[in-house]
Amino acid sequence: MDFQSLYVTLKLAVVTMGVLVVLAAPIAYMLAYTRFPGKSLLEALINLPMALPPTVLGFYMIFIMGPKGIAGRFWESFTGGSMLFTFLGIAVASSLYSIPFAVQPMKAAFQKVDRRLMESAYVLGLSRAATFLRVVIPNSISGIAAAAILVFIHSMGAFGVLLMVGGSVPGETKVASIAIYEAVEMMNYREASLMSLCFIPIGYVFLLLVNKLHGDSANGSADHPSQTA
Amino acid sequence: MALQITLRKQLKYFDIDIDFTCPDGKMIVMIGPSGGGKTTIIRMIAGLERPDEGRIVYGGKPWYDSSRNICLPPQDRCLGYVFQEYTLFPHLSLYKNASFAAVERKDVDALFELFGIAHLRDRKPHMVSGGERQRCALCQALARRPQIMLLDEPFSALDVVTRRGLREEVRGLKSERSFPILYVTHDINEALFLADEILPVVEGKIDKGWMQRTIATVPSSTELSKAARQPRLALAY
Repeated sequence: MDFQSLYVTLKLAVVTMGVLVVLAAPIAYMLAYTRFPGKSLLEALINLPMALPPTVLGFYMIFIMGPKGIAGRFWESFTGGSMLFTFLGIAVASSLYSIPFAVQPMKAAFQKVDRRLMESAYVLGLSRAATFLRVVIPNSISGIAAAAILVFIHSMGAFGVLLMVGGSVPGETKVASIAIYEAVEMMNYREASLMSLCFIPIGYVFLLLVNKLHGDSANGSADHPSQTA
Repeated sequence: MALQITLRKQLKYFDIDIDFTCPDGKMIVMIGPSGGGKTTIIRMIAGLERPDEGRIVYGGKPWYDSSRNICLPPQDRCLGYVFQEYTLFPHLSLYKNASFAAVERKDVDALFELFGIAHLRDRKPHMVSGGERQRCALCQALARRPQIMLLDEPFSALDVVTRRGLREEVRGLKSERSFPILYVTHDINEALFLADEILPVVEGKIDKGWMQRTIATVPSSTELSKAARQPRLALAY
């Protein structure tokens, strides 16, 4: 079995998850709490990767990351190398591909935090940033965890976008989903079925985790209204 | 020192237009029908809502002044604000809630002793009673060493007996601390028991005759009028 591509898949999923949890939190905060002109346009733009075929997304990413694209040129001037066909390239592509799956649940979780708690923190002297860290995040932690797991699952399954940007360099950009496809093309069904089998328990366990987190947050919010009693 | 307030704000159904002063060590109780703009006034003083025009000055320092374009954010006003419910952070224990913005830890310990909740310090807010939560909210606000206190119907979600106990504690607080206290209620008994000055607010304006009219002309509130005419009886509620 191709353990190397499984390892690349897991590495990519972990990196994407880490990047997006940090990156999506401020975006979700902005979408949840602030009003500004063009907000719905921005929100639609952030959700666009969900509505595009992955190959289309990958196609444009080739342009952006290629030697003549903005990101590609910037990267090349620093390192001298290309961004395409590297792990970094597929990490960027995968982050962009999964960004709606991080922003949406986080936004919903932030919106569920009682505004009065935030106002109370402001009156007690906390800045907006400190309130976000000390009040909003602890009270929406299960939503953030759910977002992280969704991103993890989603980026494990990425195929088209990665194939466009990363190709299939073993140990670098060849993820398990691409390895399965190649195994089938070579009629190596045993290999393909073994690798496919690995995904089922992982996906199942993570979905159970998401359900548990949603259940916890629902129970949690049912607990707190006892404050009214 | 005194808190001087002149505020105007246009709301959907009426305008707030109010002007009053609350000196140090005094408690002003705002009373009036619900939906009359009391909470909006308090929120403007706290800096959570912006008036259209006016001035809020405490001890010579302007917190808000529309003519000079000054508007301090709530963080810089250093006040204590307790509202009806949901003031405590659900993810923190009572002790951590109270010391959230405390100047000194020992203040919190002393306040917990004073309000009789020292034995509950490690409980989360949903594990204690409503009265204990509001006691903790008072500790949280006081531990910040506020310049003024704003209490917006802090006890109206509580049962009668607990409410009466807490009322007395608030009255004790007034004699102990020297800051101005602004208290909002729709309960005439509470107002009569606590106030140095009663400020009836109806549709955003001070209406000195409101108490009289309410007691004298609303036939359905015989209970209320009896309570208001006989304050001593009212305390028994």
